[in-house]
Amino acid sequence: MPERKIRVMVAKPGLDGHDRGARILARCFRDAGFEVIYTGCHQTPEQVAAAAIQEDVDLVGLSCLSGAHRVLFPRVVELLREKNASDIAVIGGGIIPEQDFQMLYDAGIQAIFTPGASLDSIVEWIRTHVRTGN
Amino acid sequence: MYFSDETCQASRKLTEQWQANVRQTPATKPDWKNRFSTVSDLDIKRLYTPEDLQSMDFARDIGAPGEFPYLRGNQVTGYRGQPWTFRMFSGMGSAEDTNARWHLLLRAGQTGLSTAFDFPTLMGYDSDSPKALGEVGKCGVAIDSLEDFLALIDGIPLDRVTTSMTINPPATALWAMYCAAADIKGVPLNQIGGTIQNDMLKEFIAQKTFMCPPEPSVKLISDTVEFGAKYVPRWNPISISGYHIREAGSTAVQELAFTLRDGIEYVEDILKRKKMNVDDFAPRLSFFFNSHIDLFEEICKLRAARRIWARVMRDRFGARNPRSLWMRFHVQTAGCSLTAQQPYNNVVRTTIEALAAVLGGTQSLHTNSLDEVLCLPSEHAVEIALRTQQILAEETGVVNTIDPLAGSYFVESLTNEMEAKAWEYIEKIDAMGGMIAAIERGYPQMEIADAAYAFQRQVEAGEKIMVGVNKYATEARHPVPLVEIDEAVGEEQVRRLKDLRRRRNGRAVSQSLADIRAACKSGENVMPHCIAAVKNLATQQEICDVYREVYGEYQDPGLF
Repeated sequence: MPERKIRVMVAKPGLDGHDRGARILARCFRDAGFEVIYTGCHQTPEQVAAAAIQEDVDLVGLSCLSGAHRVLFPRVVELLREKNASDIAVIGGGIIPEQDFQMLYDAGIQAIFTPGASLDSIVEWIRTHVRTGN
Repeated sequence: MYFSDETCQASRKLTEQWQANVRQTPATKPDWKNRFSTVSDLDIKRLYTPEDLQSMDFARDIGAPGEFPYLRGNQVTGYRGQPWTFRMFSGMGSAEDTNARWHLLLRAGQTGLSTAFDFPTLMGYDSDSPKALGEVGKCGVAIDSLEDFLALIDGIPLDRVTTSMTINPPATALWAMYCAAADIKGVPLNQIGGTIQNDMLKEFIAQKTFMCPPEPSVKLISDTVEFGAKYVPRWNPISISGYHIREAGSTAVQELAFTLRDGIEYVEDILKRKKMNVDDFAPRLSFFFNSHIDLFEEICKLRAARRIWARVMRDRFGARNPRSLWMRFHVQTAGCSLTAQQPYNNVVRTTIEALAAVLGGTQSLHTNSLDEVLCLPSEHAVEIALRTQQILAEETGVVNTIDPLAGSYFVESLTNEMEAKAWEYIEKIDAMGGMIAAIERGYPQMEIADAAYAFQRQVEAGEKIMVGVNKYATEARHPVPLVEIDEAVGEEQVRRLKDLRRRRNGRAVSQSLADIRAACKSGENVMPHCIAAVKNLATQQEICDVYREVYGEYQDPGLF
C-alpha cells in the first residue's frame, strides 16, 4: 500500500487578518505534495481543534501576528489533548519573540518558525517529524 | 506629440549610437544580473529617451500643479504652501496609555493624529468578549465605550488637530463616539476634522477585518458619506485603501487598480441612492497608499493614481467641482518591506520609502518604526521615524520645487505604463460586474495571492534580494528592546466594562439599539442613532451585534 499523503491544516486562530504568510505556506505545502486544509481567518482555538480532528490531519500549523499566540497556541494543544488527539503535531509561526519560545515548547508546540524561515526548511521539518497515520 | 521631430530624430540617432556602444562593451563587463525589474516585477529598460514619451501630450497628460489631470499635485503651491502632515499611526494598551503616546508625539512635532485600535475593537468585539481572549490592547488601543474614547482624546484640541481612525466594520460606532465627544466638549460638528478608514471592500480583498457581507457593509459606508456631507463637512468619511492590498502581497499596479476600482464602487453606490450629486460628496473621499522599497515604482504609482482618479471622476461620473477630481491621499511606508533580521536597517528602508511618498506628492505620511516588524514601536524608535519625516521636510530640500521628477523620460514613461496596466484591471473588473461581483468570484484575492507567492519564491531563489535575509545575513545580533503589553490591560478593561454596564441606564441603551436595528431594516441612515446610542453608553460591540443580527456575518472563504 502506498504511503498516504501528509495531511496538514494551516490555521489562523485569533482576530488578526494578516494571512499572507499562512496562505503562502498553504500553497507551498500543496506544491510539496501535502494535502492542505486552510481554515481562513478568525478561528477560535475550539474551531481549530475541532476542524483538525474532523479533517483527520497529521499536523496543524498555527499562524498569529497579533501577539495573542501566548494564549491561543497553548489552548489549541490543550484542546487536542482533551479530545485524545495529541498525536496531531502542532507547530506555530508569525511574529513571535524569542523569549516566548520556551513557554510555547513547554506547552506542546513542537516547532516555531518566524520571519526569515525558508519555505523549504518548514517543508523539510514536516517531512522529518510527521508520521502519517496509515 | 511631446517632443519636436528634430529632437526625436536627434534622439533616435544618438540612441542607436549608444546601443552600438553597448553591444561593443567587452564581455568582461556583462550585466551583473539577468533581469532588471521593479520589486513588483515590471521589466525596466536600460535607458529611457525622448522617444518613450512621444505619445504624450503635455496639456492632456502632464499639465500644471492644481490643474487637470493633477499629475503634478492638487495644490497650486505644492509643499511650499504646506508640507505634508506628519501623522504617526499609534495606539497601544489602554486609552490612557495611547493618550500619553499621542501627547509625546505632538510635543515632538507631529502635526496630525492617527489611531491604531486593538483587534477586538477592530472586529467589533468588546474587551470582555470570549473572542477577545489574549488580544486586548495588544496591537492597538482597546476602546469599548464613549468613556474610553473621552480618555483617549483627553487634552487634544478637536477643533485644531485632525485625527485619523483606522477602523472599518465598527466605523459608524467609533465615528459616533468622536462626534459625541466633540459635542460634550462644545466643539460643533462642522469644526472637527479627521478621517475614518471605513473601506470594507479592501477588507474582503486583503486585510480580512470583516463582519457583515459586502453589500450591507457598503450600505453602512454610504450612510457615513451621506451624514458627513450634511453635518461634518471637514471629515473624510472614507479612506479608500491600497495599503493593505499591497501588504497582502499585491504588485504596485494591483494596489493602484484595485484601490481605484474600489473607489468607483463606492461612488456608484452613493449615486444609486439618488440623494446627492457626485460633487456633493466626492471632495471628501480620501485615499491611502503604501510606499514600498522600489523608489521609482512608488513615485510613478502615486503620480498615476492622481491622474487616473481625475479622469475617472470627470469622464465616468461627470464631476465638475475641481475638488471632486482631486485624489487626496495618505501614505504609510511598507511594513512588509521591513526585516526582523538586522532591524536597524529598517531605518534606511523607511527613509527611502518616505522619500518616494514625498516625491509622489503625498498629503500625509506615516513612517514605520524600525522595531514594528517585531512589536509595537518603542518611544525611541517612533521618535526616529518621526524625525525621518522632519529631516526630509526641513533639511533635504525635496520640498523646494513641485513634482521635481516631472519630465524625466523614465519617470513619465513608467507612470504611463502603470496607468495603462491599471486601466486593464479596472476594465476587467467592470466587465465582471463591479468589485463586489469580482470579490465574490475571488478574483482580486487570487491575483494578490499569486503575486505574493511568486515574490516569496523569488526571494527564496535569490532573484529578489532582501538584505540581511537572503543576502548579507550574519550571525551577529544587535537586538532591539521589545515593547510588551501587560495582560493586566485586558483585566482592567473587563473590570471597567462591568462597572459601566452596572452604572448606565439599561433601558435607554436597549431603546437606542432598537432604533439602530429599525434604521438598518428600513434603510434609514444609522449615524444619528449611533451617536445617540454611544451617548447612552452603548458599547461598540452592542452596536455591531445589531449589524450582525440584521445583516448576517461574513465568513472568510479561506482562498489560497
